[in-house]
Amino acid sequence: MARIVIKNGRVVDPANNIDGIRDVALEDGVIAEVAPDIDATGAEEFDASGLVVAPGFIDMHVHLREPGFEYAETIESGSRAAAAGGFTSVCPMPNTSPVNDNATVTRYIVETAWRVAPVNVFPIGAITMNSAGEQLSAIGSMKQAGIVAISDDGRPVMNARVMRRAMEFAKAFNLPVIDHCEDLNLSAGGDMHEGRESVRLGLRGIPAASEDVMVARDILLAEVTGARYHVAHISSHHAVEMVAFAKARGLAVTCEATPHHFALTDADMPPFDSNYKMKPPLRACCDVDAVVGGIVSGAVDAIATDHAPHAGSDKMQEFEKCPFGIIGLETALALALEKLVHTDRIPLARMVELFTWGPARILKLDRGTLSPGSTADVTIFDLDRLWTYDVNRSCSKSRNSPFHGHSFRGGPVATIVNGAVVWSVQ
Amino acid sequence: MNTGLLGIEPLDRAEIQAILDRAKDFQAVQNQPVQKRDALRGRTVVNLFFEASTRTRTSFEIAAKRLGADAVSITASGSSVSKGESLVDTLNTLAAMRPDAIIMRHAASGAPHFLARYLPTPIINAGDGTHEHPTQALLDARTILDRRGTLEGLRVAIIGDIAHSRVARSNIYLLSKFGAHIVLCGPASLLPVELAQITPGVELTWDIRDAIKDADVIMMLRVQLERQHEAAYPASEYFQFYGLRLEHLALARPNAIVMHPGPINRGREISSEVADSQKSVILNQVENGVAVRMAVLERILGAN
Repeated sequence: MARIVIKNGRVVDPANNIDGIRDVALEDGVIAEVAPDIDATGAEEFDASGLVVAPGFIDMHVHLREPGFEYAETIESGSRAAAAGGFTSVCPMPNTSPVNDNATVTRYIVETAWRVAPVNVFPIGAITMNSAGEQLSAIGSMKQAGIVAISDDGRPVMNARVMRRAMEFAKAFNLPVIDHCEDLNLSAGGDMHEGRESVRLGLRGIPAASEDVMVARDILLAEVTGARYHVAHISSHHAVEMVAFAKARGLAVTCEATPHHFALTDADMPPFDSNYKMKPPLRACCDVDAVVGGIVSGAVDAIATDHAPHAGSDKMQEFEKCPFGIIGLETALALALEKLVHTDRIPLARMVELFTWGPARILKLDRGTLSPGSTADVTIFDLDRLWTYDVNRSCSKSRNSPFHGHSFRGGPVATIVNGAVVWSVQ
Repeated sequence: MNTGLLGIEPLDRAEIQAILDRAKDFQAVQNQPVQKRDALRGRTVVNLFFEASTRTRTSFEIAAKRLGADAVSITASGSSVSKGESLVDTLNTLAAMRPDAIIMRHAASGAPHFLARYLPTPIINAGDGTHEHPTQALLDARTILDRRGTLEGLRVAIIGDIAHSRVARSNIYLLSKFGAHIVLCGPASLLPVELAQITPGVELTWDIRDAIKDADVIMMLRVQLERQHEAAYPASEYFQFYGLRLEHLALARPNAIVMHPGPINRGREISSEVADSQKSVILNQVENGVAVRMAVLERILGAN
């Protein structure tokens, strides 16, 4: 019988309102007990003195690139990067090749993950076939095969009627509909946020309105259909306002924010550095303030990385030719500590909630807490260790991070999945 | 370290002034029967143009040759780019032949900035997408100075497709550093309001008459059909509302000059009467292009 006792850590478990020094006992892959002074006789002991012990972090928005783009990332390499970032569960988006729009692809991802991934992998299925925005994909059978949400991430459903039908259909399968909110006509040709910086650099802009009009449309459709609707990587101040408005109306509307959207503005980009190019783009400071404000107020429900690996050769091109996206699994926790906790914008327990119970509730995952009997996914991290991110030592196969060389205070120490330590800091 | 010329924005006023002063010396050289100098003898510059260009490429080539350098010109259509080579690989290949500088024009904003991070060879930006065209702003400043002696306090109207104009951006940065008052004018869809925030001394108007009123300098921009991805204005109305005609000139200061970076589209952004009028300094601009580029090349290569 495998038993681990995590001793003397500061246990932060927002779902159970716990924030204090406790021991945590894990037995046969489940949480056995959370209490002071648990007897560790005969058990493996993990000394967590001075460390934070939290439910396993869930990243509800990643790209693992497999099948199809294994040169940039694989289920194995991406989930190793997740473990190294303190994540115990990741949700890969369906924009693989082939697209995850049917149960065969879903099963391939789930079964490959069982074999090679140190963390849990809960796939997200496509809304429409080939994410082409026309015919609904095999949503019901993908749910049976293991998807936890549907999304046409990166290729948003432009046809409002199709989106409405997807919301209605998904409701019966209790799946949230996640939208990458971007009106493709308004954003067409854009390379960065439309504003002073894009005008200064002569780059074509992606207006905040391209995000806002889709959030507005989707919220109205969520009200009509009663669907659970989730805004991916929210980045504009109007979008945050609209999600808060939808919540106030009692709609099942949620959203996530990425670390880069609360940590960086468009003005932080060194001229034409493609490691700062992603969608939605880094926006103006008023937008970043609104995203942080939403995290503080509760409008934002989860932190997700949108970890988007791209091979070096794809990012070493003219800025306008480079693909969108940056990797983020290994820097997410440290950025949240730096921008949200060390700055006293939110208490530590709120940050933990955004990484755990928040996404678990959106996806109806039986995770994200340390309640006795739940799966023994645990993230142990430290608040003060000084370290520097070296992207060349990343577990990811890709190197496209704007945070290479950045010095952080605090970060992951150990990652426990299903009762086993899958990663620990060197 | 790459110490070429990527743009006007990062330069300080003294650096710009030094180039403009040196260009004045080279103007005098151009009036002598033997113009060739040997300051850059034995040096090699590569002219790498990924976009069509007649005047800029020729101007750089003549400037290099007048200083005694060897100049090689390459256009993208005949290059390895058409065989699918990446931009970095193309530049690395050329850099391996050890030229002393690469003069480059490219349709992507920031292309030379991106390359400058990887190449040891100095890169001179001869126009990058809709971002900057630094030597154009330098030759424009030289041309204004020849007529007016100073840039400080001048009212300069820049009229046309500002959003897509690298000429406008470089001129805005330069003129602002020298204390000119800049009035930008064009169809509202080509005149983002943020232009007024990128540098001090910039004002925006949608009315060509407001722009020209009391102007010392009227700078017209070419209608860039190749950069129009969509109809940002009704094409049939452009000349009516934003084309420069003789009747407008009466609104400007009596000694105002009319400039245009070329190539001009007669009857589209400028009437033939204005282009050929006494106020037009369009050919002076071309002439100054060589002098300014000699100064730039000497500054970048002479120091090595």
